[in-house]
Amino acid sequence: MMHKERTARRAARKRIDSIFQALFLLAIVIAVLVLVILLVDIFSEGARWIRPDFFTNYASRFYNQAGILAPLVGSFYVIILTAVIALPVAVATAVYLEFYAGNTWLNRVLQVNIANLAGVPSIVYGLFGLAFFVRFLALDRSIISAALTMALLILPVVIVNTQEAIKAVPPSLAHAAYALGASKWQVVSTVVLPAAVGGILTGTILAVSRALGETAPLITVGAWVFIASLPVSPMDSFTVLPVQIWYWSGQPQQGFREIAAAAIIVLLVLLLSMNGIAVFLRNKYQKRAEW
Amino acid sequence: MTVPQVEAFQIQDLNLYYGAHHALHRINMAIPAHAVTAIIGPSGCGKSSLLRCLNRMNDLVPGVRITGQVRFGGQNIYDADRDPMEIRYRIGMVFQKPNPFPKSIYENIAFGPRINGFSGRLDEIVEQSLQQAALWDEVKDRLYQPALSLSGGQQQRLCIARALAVNPEVILMDEPTSALDPISTAKVEDLMTQLKREYTIVLVTHNMQQAARVADVTAFFLNGDLIEIDTTDRIFSTPREKQTEDYITGRFG
Repeated sequence: MMHKERTARRAARKRIDSIFQALFLLAIVIAVLVLVILLVDIFSEGARWIRPDFFTNYASRFYNQAGILAPLVGSFYVIILTAVIALPVAVATAVYLEFYAGNTWLNRVLQVNIANLAGVPSIVYGLFGLAFFVRFLALDRSIISAALTMALLILPVVIVNTQEAIKAVPPSLAHAAYALGASKWQVVSTVVLPAAVGGILTGTILAVSRALGETAPLITVGAWVFIASLPVSPMDSFTVLPVQIWYWSGQPQQGFREIAAAAIIVLLVLLLSMNGIAVFLRNKYQKRAEW
Repeated sequence: MTVPQVEAFQIQDLNLYYGAHHALHRINMAIPAHAVTAIIGPSGCGKSSLLRCLNRMNDLVPGVRITGQVRFGGQNIYDADRDPMEIRYRIGMVFQKPNPFPKSIYENIAFGPRINGFSGRLDEIVEQSLQQAALWDEVKDRLYQPALSLSGGQQQRLCIARALAVNPEVILMDEPTSALDPISTAKVEDLMTQLKREYTIVLVTHNMQQAARVADVTAFFLNGDLIEIDTTDRIFSTPREKQTEDYITGRFG
C-alpha cells in the first residue's frame, strides 16, 4: 500500500516536471522565433545591398549610390571615445566605493543612486548632453559631445559591473597582501584589479555595445544624417549607424528601406562580434582565475 | 621542554567587540619569543580573533572595536601613532586556506619584498625563502609557473615562504593545516619546529594532537575567555582547570 502510494506520488511529480519543462521550452521557442522572423525579414530586404560600394560611399540622395562610410566610422569613433572616457571614471568610482568609502549614510545614498541611474531612459541622458555638453560647454554637435553623453549613459552600468568584478576577487587574496604590509592602494593595484580585469573588460564591452546601438540620445545631442566627410578631430560633426538607419527607414522610397535593412545587418554583425569578444575574454580569464 | 624566558607579546586587558558582540573578554597572557605557542579551543571561542589582534588584521573587519594593549617588543601596537602596515610587515601571517596570488611562484615570493620597497637581489630572497619553507627542491625548476598549479600542501608552504620573504619577527598561523592531507600536514609541522629557532610562531589549531606535537606553550580558550595557559606538557598532562581537562579529553568541543 505504502509502496503504491509513493509510486503514484512520484508519477505525479514527474508529470509536473514535464509540464514545466514544456513551458520553459515554449518560452525559448517564442523568443528565438521572433528573432528568426526579424532576421529573415531584414536579410531578405537588405542582403543584396551588402557590397563593397556600400561601405565606401557617403550618404546620397539616391539610394542606389548611398553608403555607410560616414556613420560606420562615426560609430567607431564615438564608442571608442566613450569607452576611453567611461572606463577610468568607472573603475575609480568602483574602487572608491568598494575600498575607501565607509558604510556611511552618504555612501549608501550614492550606491542606490548609481543603481537607479542605470534605469534612467537614454533620451534623458540625451537631453542632458544637449543642455550641458552641446550648449553650456559649447562643445557643439560634435563627436566629443556624443561620446561624453554616451559615457554618462553607460557609466552606472560599468560602475556596478566593476564593483561586482572586484567583489568576485576572493578577500583572502587581499588579506594575504595586507598581511605582508601592503597599503590599501598596493592591495588594489597589485592584487585586486589584476584579478578583476577580465570581469571589468567583459562588462565594459557589453555596455559599450549597448551604446553602439543607441539612437535617441545621439539624435538629441545632434548627430547629422547627411555627412559627406570623415570626422578627424573630436570636435567634428558626425553621424552614427543607428541614426542613419533611423533616417533611411523614415524615407518614402522602398529603396531607402532596403539599404536601412543592409545597415542593420552591419550593425548586428558589429554587436555580435563585440559580444563574442566579451564571451571570449570572460572564458579566457575564468580559466586563469581558479584560485 | 624548557620555555624561553623572553616574551614576544604581552597582552593586557584585551577586549574585542564585533559590533555588539563581545568576542574576547579581558585577555591577559604572554607569548614567548622563539617558541611555538598554540591556541586551542572549540569553534567560535575567539582563538582566530585573538590571532588577528596580534598583527592588527582585525582592523579590516567593519564594526570591530578593541580595548586594552598588545605589547610587542615592549610597545603597544594599538597606540595611535603606530602604523598597521609596519606592524604587519614585522608580524607575518599564514591563513587557513592556502591563498597564493594568481601569479607565478617567483612573483608570489617577490611580492612582499617588492611592495615594501626592497631593491636588492630578489633572486636570493626567493631562493632563501623557498629553502626555509622546504619547498625549494620541489619548485626550483619551475619558478615561473603559476603558483596555482602546485598541490594544496605545496601552496601552503609557498604561503609560508611568502610570509618569510619579508623577514618578519613573528609568524601567525591560523589553522594552517586544516585544508591539508596528513603528509602535507606533517611537512608543515616539521617546518614549524625548524622555524621557531629564528621566528616566534603563534599557531591557532583545532587539532589538539597538533598542539601537543609542535607547541612549547598552549593556551586554551572557551567562549571568549582565556581559561588556561601553560607549557604544552602541563596542559596535556596536568591541567589546572576542569574545563581544560574536559576539552583535551574530548568530553566536548
